[in-house]
Amino acid sequence: MTLGLYVHRETPIHRVPAAVKVLTLVAAGVGVFLVPNPLWLVPALAAVVGLMVLARVPLGETLRQLRPVAVLIVVIFLVHGWFTSWTLGFLVVLRFAVLLLLALLVTFTTRISEMIEVLERGFRPLAVFGVNPEKLSLMLSLTLRFIPLLFEKFQEIREAQRARGLDRNILALLMPLLIKTLKMAGDLTDAIDARGYDPDRKPTDR
Amino acid sequence: MNTRDMVYVALFAAVVAVLGLFPPIVLPVVAVPITAQSLGVMVAGSVLGARRGGLAILLFLILVAVGVPILAGGRGGFGVLLGPGGGFLLSWPIAAFLIGLMVERNWRRLNIVVAFLINVIGGILFVYACGVPWVAVFAEIGLGKALIGSLGFIPGDLVKAAIAALVAVTLKRAYPIIEVRQSPAAE
Repeated sequence: MTLGLYVHRETPIHRVPAAVKVLTLVAAGVGVFLVPNPLWLVPALAAVVGLMVLARVPLGETLRQLRPVAVLIVVIFLVHGWFTSWTLGFLVVLRFAVLLLLALLVTFTTRISEMIEVLERGFRPLAVFGVNPEKLSLMLSLTLRFIPLLFEKFQEIREAQRARGLDRNILALLMPLLIKTLKMAGDLTDAIDARGYDPDRKPTDR
Repeated sequence: MNTRDMVYVALFAAVVAVLGLFPPIVLPVVAVPITAQSLGVMVAGSVLGARRGGLAILLFLILVAVGVPILAGGRGGFGVLLGPGGGFLLSWPIAAFLIGLMVERNWRRLNIVVAFLINVIGGILFVYACGVPWVAVFAEIGLGKALIGSLGFIPGDLVKAAIAALVAVTLKRAYPIIEVRQSPAAE
């Protein structure tokens, strides 16, 4: 089981540093609300689509990611059409389209490990407020490692409960999963502590 | 935070992710399909308490933001946080924190009714108080229309609050975690 939406291709977009992509996304998030003329969003949307073509993002997965939000956007468009104006509805939909497609482009072209690195660098200034970037990276990797494992456990529980006719009972699925998780957490803590991990160790102690 | 707290946070973030990989269950009474993911938010707060519960959900959202497709329906990436439903998602860590805080405060007299009310306040009222204005502002539709559009999910959310309450009370008896934390040694 592989986690992540990253699709490897040899394109210039893939080679752009992750930090630049994230900052562009933040800038675009502010930008779409500040454009003086909504018509400027049309070339912006064309540019984003152009970049997606250039990055050769997978069409099927793009559509799959957009389907749930597309329904919502159509509803918002119709609500505007009926109650306010089609022009405003068009502007709102354009804004969402630019942002969502740009975000999707970043997601498809950037490895999760690179994103996490950017994040850790971004969090470093927060150390002043007691946020520990090293603890954060340990937790991130633990979670990533345990998602497939817990999913496997969940499937086992489902099969066991199906034999009892309880596989549609949320509680009968959730309680065993939680108990298993808590037990696993105990074992994992002991394993980490047994290896002498000290979460509060300063980097200079090494 | 000691190692145990970190492991709880990390593993509960994984649980919330797993709940999203599971296909939505359509309850016979309520027609709206419910995903178990927002149930995970309530459970994280109810079981782990304020700080660890809030952090677990924050960790989950960080992973969603960097592009791990663990949001219900296999979605991920910054786009989902920037989209119309972003307000709901961003309110989750605070919601889990609030639920945890209320559970900790009422730990001694926690029963199914108290736990249900706590989850309704933190997991439904607070989440909608953040999510609905977000939709209204970003989509430039009125607050009233945004609220009406969200009402369909309330029955499902009430069911989830009830399930979270049951889980909270059962685990309080079978596997208490919050009380251990109240000893001064644990931080």
